[in-house]
Amino acid sequence: MAKPSLLGPLRVIKYLFKKPKTLRYPFELKEPARRYRGFHLNDWDQCTGCGNCADICPNDAIEMVERPEIAPDPGEKNERPRLDYGRCCFCGLCVDICPPGSLRLSRDYFHIHFDTSTFVFTPRDEKTDDETFLPAEKYSVLKASLAHRKRDYQGFEPEIDYALFDPDRVEMPEVPPEERKLSFVEQMLGYDREQAVREAERCLECALCEDACPAHLKISDYIEAVYEDSPEDSLRTIYEDNPIPAICGRICMKHCEDACSLSIRGEPLAIRWLKRFVSDTVRNYRDALEQSPGEPTGKRIAVIGAGPGGLSTAYFLRLLGHEVVVFDELSGGGGMLRVGPPRYRLPEEAIDKDVEYIASLGVDFRFQTRVGRDVEFEELRDEFDAVFLGIGLTVSRSTRVENADRCQLALPFLAKNKTEEKCEVPEEVIVIGGGNVAMDVAREALRLQHIRYPGKRTVTRTVSLEDWDEIPATEEEIEEAREEGVEFNPAWGPKRVVLDDQGNIKGLLCMKVNSVFDEEGRFAPTFHEDQEMFLEGRMIIEAIGQGADFSFLPKEVMERIEFTEARKVRVNENGMTTVPGIFAGGDIVNVNLDAVTAIADAKAASEGIDQWLSGGEG
Amino acid sequence: MRELELYFGPQHLGMVGNFSITLKVEGDRVVKADANPGYLHRGFEKLMEQRSWIKNFPMVCRINVVEPDSMELAYATAVESLAGIEVPERAQFIRSIYLELARVGSHLFGLWAYSNMLGFDTAAQWAMYHRDLVLDLFEELTGGRVYHIYIWPGGVRRDFPEGFEKRLVETLHSIGGCVPDYDACFFDNRLFYDRAAGIGKITREEAMEMGGTGQALRATGVPYDVRKIEPYAAYDKVPWEVPTREDGDAFSRIWVVRDEMIESVHMIFKLLDEMPKGDVYNRIPNPFKWRIPEGETYVRCESSRGELGLYLVSDGGDKPYRVHFRTPSYPHGLTILEKALVGESISDVGNIMISLYVVAPEIDR
Repeated sequence: MAKPSLLGPLRVIKYLFKKPKTLRYPFELKEPARRYRGFHLNDWDQCTGCGNCADICPNDAIEMVERPEIAPDPGEKNERPRLDYGRCCFCGLCVDICPPGSLRLSRDYFHIHFDTSTFVFTPRDEKTDDETFLPAEKYSVLKASLAHRKRDYQGFEPEIDYALFDPDRVEMPEVPPEERKLSFVEQMLGYDREQAVREAERCLECALCEDACPAHLKISDYIEAVYEDSPEDSLRTIYEDNPIPAICGRICMKHCEDACSLSIRGEPLAIRWLKRFVSDTVRNYRDALEQSPGEPTGKRIAVIGAGPGGLSTAYFLRLLGHEVVVFDELSGGGGMLRVGPPRYRLPEEAIDKDVEYIASLGVDFRFQTRVGRDVEFEELRDEFDAVFLGIGLTVSRSTRVENADRCQLALPFLAKNKTEEKCEVPEEVIVIGGGNVAMDVAREALRLQHIRYPGKRTVTRTVSLEDWDEIPATEEEIEEAREEGVEFNPAWGPKRVVLDDQGNIKGLLCMKVNSVFDEEGRFAPTFHEDQEMFLEGRMIIEAIGQGADFSFLPKEVMERIEFTEARKVRVNENGMTTVPGIFAGGDIVNVNLDAVTAIADAKAASEGIDQWLSGGEG
Repeated sequence: MRELELYFGPQHLGMVGNFSITLKVEGDRVVKADANPGYLHRGFEKLMEQRSWIKNFPMVCRINVVEPDSMELAYATAVESLAGIEVPERAQFIRSIYLELARVGSHLFGLWAYSNMLGFDTAAQWAMYHRDLVLDLFEELTGGRVYHIYIWPGGVRRDFPEGFEKRLVETLHSIGGCVPDYDACFFDNRLFYDRAAGIGKITREEAMEMGGTGQALRATGVPYDVRKIEPYAAYDKVPWEVPTREDGDAFSRIWVVRDEMIESVHMIFKLLDEMPKGDVYNRIPNPFKWRIPEGETYVRCESSRGELGLYLVSDGGDKPYRVHFRTPSYPHGLTILEKALVGESISDVGNIMISLYVVAPEIDR
């Protein structure tokens, strides 16, 4: 190569006359990029305190600290992430893992202070902190610090497509609506092993669900066991708090899934289906659980009602060594769950699996034995050391509109369909009610219609006082019912059952609802009397709620049992009613009216009974 | 003449980093050179065995501050190959564009170090300024200027922001427009020629024998480039050349760096033209439960200094069992440097070292 010329560099003399490129900071500022990864911002209203940011932080720069000023909603914690900017490397993994997307990074990056403790900082954002986050006119870069920041200065933000968690659940295989509406086949087919492990893998183990569950199951532990492909371990963990997993795995109201972190920006972990997977997969509970009743205590307890509350009480007490006898008028266990939920949601075999295991521990079940008819309550009081009432709500209520006596009631309708006989249904059926029982009734009626009139056009309609936004049935029940072809008429109230000349039901006259609840939130429907609608139907089923039947209680006991304002049996924290020795739980006690709350009641009551029997306070 | 032992670095004006060379000199001539790494040992490889797969992702880039991006790529591809994760095609293009941008940024930094060391302050400041423009692009794309933390297993962390392609092209054009001035001021400058030509010469055979790669090898006429011989990301999707020189001295090495920058910019333009639409990330498993099947892998890529390799072993657990980086500065900074310094003047020690582009942090890890 030839030697270059010495004069070449003269070409760049022109730069002497150009403006310098160096910024004259702080008079000339450079705006950080839109995605800049600076100090954290956290929306305290959205943050659930789940702590995933702290778990993923590669430098342990994040610590969850309790903030007493926060009153957490159910399924949330009053903890918020605190950053140590001596450790933070601004990688933003905390942003990408944050399930609610409350944690973001801002474009601020100035903090100069002599006191190193100021580098430990609990981030908030302009929504809840006016003092730190200032509008442009009050902000000065010369004062910039963690306590003097710009408003609306978000940088690196969460994006669901790049989130480190999976917002989509593994789809539950199910029978399609066109097929399932023709029979009572179980709708949900259940996860197989591979699907269950894949779904369990989504769990972030933040355990918010465990606080939300009335019975406080150790959910993250048993989900972890599913992920580890060890359903037996999972079942053992479940049985510490819940002795009816096959039932709950199908019909639980899953308060846990409502609290699940993943549900905020995606679909919640399918906790209920995973529980079902465990109970279905472990064929023999006894071998897996290896439980035996405790040392005999010589105490005897009568449990009235073999529903979730009764079954659980019996199980927990039996493990403590007490002798337990369960009375129920039905032919098998499950209580109202044996009558209510249709076969396509909860087949009897699932109920029996749970009940048989409890029986195998030595609990004595006396089915087809109605207290008050086959055995007197007073006899039980004499014969047993304590009595638990888990009688549930067994009496369907009626609307009591004109000719309502010609209508059918929900529970007898559902109960009969559990027998071989099944109810006769016409081609047009009306169901009054908007709750889950009404959905069960409508969907059963629809199936019976399809079986009875194959290929024919049939109509199943529901009428509910509540409009779409306040209808009490769960979203999925409504969705599934609509898929199957149930028609909805929300915000209409029944006025009169209309009969034809022969005295047969011809339809239901409805009036438009104005409001369902009064200003204090109490049930007090008002109507537009002038707006009427006539619905045709040869059969009307009322599914507007259930009440308890206390007729078996002797008068003197009934008089001493106190009720709350919500017409619930008053119990103390040990589950004991105002009558010593009588304990209660389940739908007659709580307002949730579901199985898992009954289990929670049963846990409290069984501990209370045990304590009371061993001479402690009731 | 009396033999003298001279400590060159770590505190020395001609030394760029945490590195030192013990020189035995006779008068001005180096008789023997002993490279001393270890001033920057941070134990990354051991540390990575203690951290989950995801927690290693923001850390690997820190092994080399000058060009963190190829570290990210090596880790991501190694994890992908062990875990069987596919990368969307658009992400492969983005990776290549991003890595070439990193190469330009890194070479500009190297050019600053080299020209600054030789006393060419003008070119050094230009290089630093233009590197800053590249960092602006990184800031816009990734949110970070130096540690981008962008290529992660499964793809890249975010897609291009709106209008990014335009600004990328504009910036590269504005830097490219200065190439004639760079040439006039530095590359074609007689003083540079006089200081660098024939200095720190290594033969092709020596370079190959001692594990030289990158410009150390390409300056001896070997068109060896991992992007060519074992294409990864989108390097096989567009045509491009491997610049080489024949003389194997400092002058050739710096010219290879210059030509590479220009080739990288052209490659970015071609990649932008061919880049498909679509996703840029295939979701990795839940990071808290992520276990990678038992196995071992060796992946390699062409960093701005030469061949970068990563040997990664998983025992089926939630973190690596063994991590080992093959960093190009290791042979360049130890064996080749020690050889190239022999017989040279003391005043050229920094010259030779920086022309080999020795980055001390990646020797120590």
